[in-house]
Amino acid sequence: MNRPRSRAVILPALWLGVLFAFPFLLVLKLSLSDTALAIPPYAPQIVWTDGLDGLKRFVAGLDFEMYARLTSDRLYFDAYVSSLKFAATGTILALLVGYPMAYGMARCRPGVRDILLMLVILPFWTSFLIRVYAWVGILKPAGLLNAFLGLLGLDPVTLLYTPTAVQIGLVYSYLPFMVLPLYAALERMDHTLLEAAADLGSPPWKSFWQITWPLSIPGVVAGCLLCFIPMVGEFVIPDLLGGPGSLMIGRSIWMEFFANRDWPFASAVAIILLITLVVPIVLYQRQQARALEAGR
Amino acid sequence: MKRGPSWFNLVSITLGFAFLYLPIVLLVVWSFNASKLVTVWGGFSTKWYAALLQDEQLLSAAWVTVRVGLVSATLATVLGALAAVALVRGGRFRGRTMFSGMVYAPLVMPEVIMGLALLLLFVALRFDRGFWTVMLAHTTFTLSYVAVVVHSRLVTFDRSLEEAAQDLGCTPGQAFMKVTLPNIFPAVLAGWMLAFTLSLDDLVIASFTSGPGATTLPMRIYSQVRLGVTPEINAVCTLLIAVVATGIIIYSLTQKWRTGAAARAAA
Amino acid sequence: MSRAPAKPAKPKPDGKRLNIGAVRSSFAPWNDPNAVPLVRFEGVTKRFGTQTAVDDVSLDIYPGEFFALLGPSGCGKTTLMRMLAGFETPDAGRITLDGKDLAGVPPHQRPVNMMFQSYALFPHLTVEQNIAFGLKQEGLPRGEIAARVAEMLDLVKLTPFAKRKPDQLSGGQKQRVALARAVARKPKMLLLDEPLGALDKKLREETQFELMDLQVELGVTFLIVTHDQEEAMVMADRIAVMREGKTVQVARPEEIYETPASRYVAEFLGDVNLFETLVDAIEHPMAHLRTPEAQAGFYVLDDDCPAPGATVWLAVRPEKMTISLDPPPAGTRNVLAGEIWDIGYTGDWTNYIVELPGGRLVRVARANSRRFVERPIGWDDKVWVSFDPDAGVVLTS
Repeated sequence: MNRPRSRAVILPALWLGVLFAFPFLLVLKLSLSDTALAIPPYAPQIVWTDGLDGLKRFVAGLDFEMYARLTSDRLYFDAYVSSLKFAATGTILALLVGYPMAYGMARCRPGVRDILLMLVILPFWTSFLIRVYAWVGILKPAGLLNAFLGLLGLDPVTLLYTPTAVQIGLVYSYLPFMVLPLYAALERMDHTLLEAAADLGSPPWKSFWQITWPLSIPGVVAGCLLCFIPMVGEFVIPDLLGGPGSLMIGRSIWMEFFANRDWPFASAVAIILLITLVVPIVLYQRQQARALEAGR
Repeated sequence: MKRGPSWFNLVSITLGFAFLYLPIVLLVVWSFNASKLVTVWGGFSTKWYAALLQDEQLLSAAWVTVRVGLVSATLATVLGALAAVALVRGGRFRGRTMFSGMVYAPLVMPEVIMGLALLLLFVALRFDRGFWTVMLAHTTFTLSYVAVVVHSRLVTFDRSLEEAAQDLGCTPGQAFMKVTLPNIFPAVLAGWMLAFTLSLDDLVIASFTSGPGATTLPMRIYSQVRLGVTPEINAVCTLLIAVVATGIIIYSLTQKWRTGAAARAAA
Repeated sequence: MSRAPAKPAKPKPDGKRLNIGAVRSSFAPWNDPNAVPLVRFEGVTKRFGTQTAVDDVSLDIYPGEFFALLGPSGCGKTTLMRMLAGFETPDAGRITLDGKDLAGVPPHQRPVNMMFQSYALFPHLTVEQNIAFGLKQEGLPRGEIAARVAEMLDLVKLTPFAKRKPDQLSGGQKQRVALARAVARKPKMLLLDEPLGALDKKLREETQFELMDLQVELGVTFLIVTHDQEEAMVMADRIAVMREGKTVQVARPEEIYETPASRYVAEFLGDVNLFETLVDAIEHPMAHLRTPEAQAGFYVLDDDCPAPGATVWLAVRPEKMTISLDPPPAGTRNVLAGEIWDIGYTGDWTNYIVELPGGRLVRVARANSRRFVERPIGWDDKVWVSFDPDAGVVLTS
């Protein structure tokens, strides 16, 4: 451990320190403060001119009132649980849709593969908001889906502003995040392994479970984390496609902030969300670091 | 894999891509629909596009968005590329774990939290929220994406090229500018484009950090979308998709052409 | 392996052989006490973590020399070269060039140039621009750069390819661009890291001679790193054999081959038969060695043989042994009896593997100087292997 060999570190470190790390301390501080009537400042404040005494008074003024409120209010607990449920279901569904896609892509000719890969990446570049919005036109009562069902002589269904719509939106929006790491893992795989397995007497379906699946596990883990983490904090999808019944924590923070203007409480909700996500985030980062080291 | 795709593979690819693309295609089709109803085809029309040109609010929001995007993507590219260089070439310096954590955390951080944290910062610093705060916020979260793209290119970059440049009389800085940068430039450009589109698309962080007079296009679209599907918004979305898709296609074609030319010449 | 076996040199009265090997060379500044070395490594050590890559190496390289660092991968040869180029800093010792200490001088200010193993050609620049790169750094006027580039292109016969990009060249052409780029700045010394490693066998042999010609033409000192012993033997004036970060022998190729300093060197360069023996008696400059493998013992020429009772190894190269179907007179020394175990025919040579009664194998090489042989040797034939008193070297380590 010594000084960085490259001076390149200085600027980004400063930038991220001021605009990324420091703001989180502010969130933490605010979550321990009391609600004041107007917007800022919030009590307590650090009075720098008072020196150490000021700091002591500041620390003494902090409390867990906001967190206490959080535990007493069923609404927020429910929002957490339903966020986690939505994200877990969405991740599993994305895996079920994404795995066969990635597997099929990996078995195409290289030229075709490149085109398909670009097609997976392309939606990632187009606006998230727009893609979610497109579903409104499909799912709304007088929308395309019901028109189609009508043509088939079936009864119309109510999907927009229901949890099902949120689930569809989550899977749809995050599918590329699932397919990309899966494809990367499957494409790297040596096809002669399967030939060797066949040569040694293993039927294709068995070879899949004995060889392909275990070797693609790193891709599965990366894809699941990459979907799950942002899904938990999702705001746009539940807001546009979900009704009042589709509670998600990202939406709660937004509401506290913009509708109720209760900033300390919103901060407390955010801190809890962050704590929930620390484990998967750290897992993901460690896996990425390992992959980078291996790629060297 | 040498064996061709089976029928099962073909069906899953087809269904998967249909799922991915159908909504986008529908949106484009609706934007040219003369009828306001999504289930009725009222004939081909560009009247919604014409209506856009009359919408002063929308146009000014678009202009704000483009300006934010250009400035923040450029800044993020410089900072992100520097961060990637520091991570790949910096060796095992003190605080490396902390630094790489800061660089890569925004990738997985829920946007709501990023937006909230940045807003608190700007309030604490008594910054007037508007164009500059959105720009700073966008630079911060997009620089991580640039860092990832440049990092993955730098890792595969032959270090001996830099050494050769130094051997031939370049200082380390000159070697980077004359040899490394021209060679990783496609990745840097891709990083810039990614940062630009992310900034163009962002709703949540912009909503937190923006102030009066700096409404971005996604914020404007969002406020309209909450009221339901409107053909004008379909038209805006189609234009946005067209701009991004054109950029991507041009980029990948130039890349293809470059690698293709090299492959042909070597054959 | 078409190397001609050396004629046994006549022993001088004191036992020193006059001429080692089949090549006569008058270039030997290392034997001249007044010669000033161009590069001096003095007690240079380099550690990576707990591993010592280069361990207390001292070496002198003289102006105009073609010097080779030879050793298996991981022996520290590349690290030693990279310290001279300035890409690694020694942990101890010092390196001087032309009498000046190189410590603290960054790579771009050192008057040496390197040809990289991967060639490290700048992929975004043309052949011409690659060669001009170092000259532009020097800030030479445009006209001078153009003239020098043209001269270099001509030197490596790549003038028609001046406008090509590196990925439009063959392996051999890339190698020549890398060479031209490195010598364009007229360095005091050219460092070549496995310069022929990426070429196929035929091209490698041609290029060896091209490199030697070029070195004479330019008059530049060459330092080459290689793991290929043949490459080092063909090209170098002197070779430093390295093992685990240390130099084990520094000498002319012929000396290293014919008088290796240790069993390691003998085995690393070419094939050798090693016999563990006991010194029986000294009859200066001759020595009697005892071994269970030869009934009558060995009788060899060696003036530094340790006193009787010591364990030494006798190293005999396969091509310096003769093989016969007829038994020699009883009591003849330097004779091993055995059976043919395997025969390998390579065209110019035939290698016989002979199994001695104790089970150990001895390798004998015979030049196929005739197309027809009266009594060919076959598998399981009983044979006698013999060699001259001056064919082997006594090794103590």
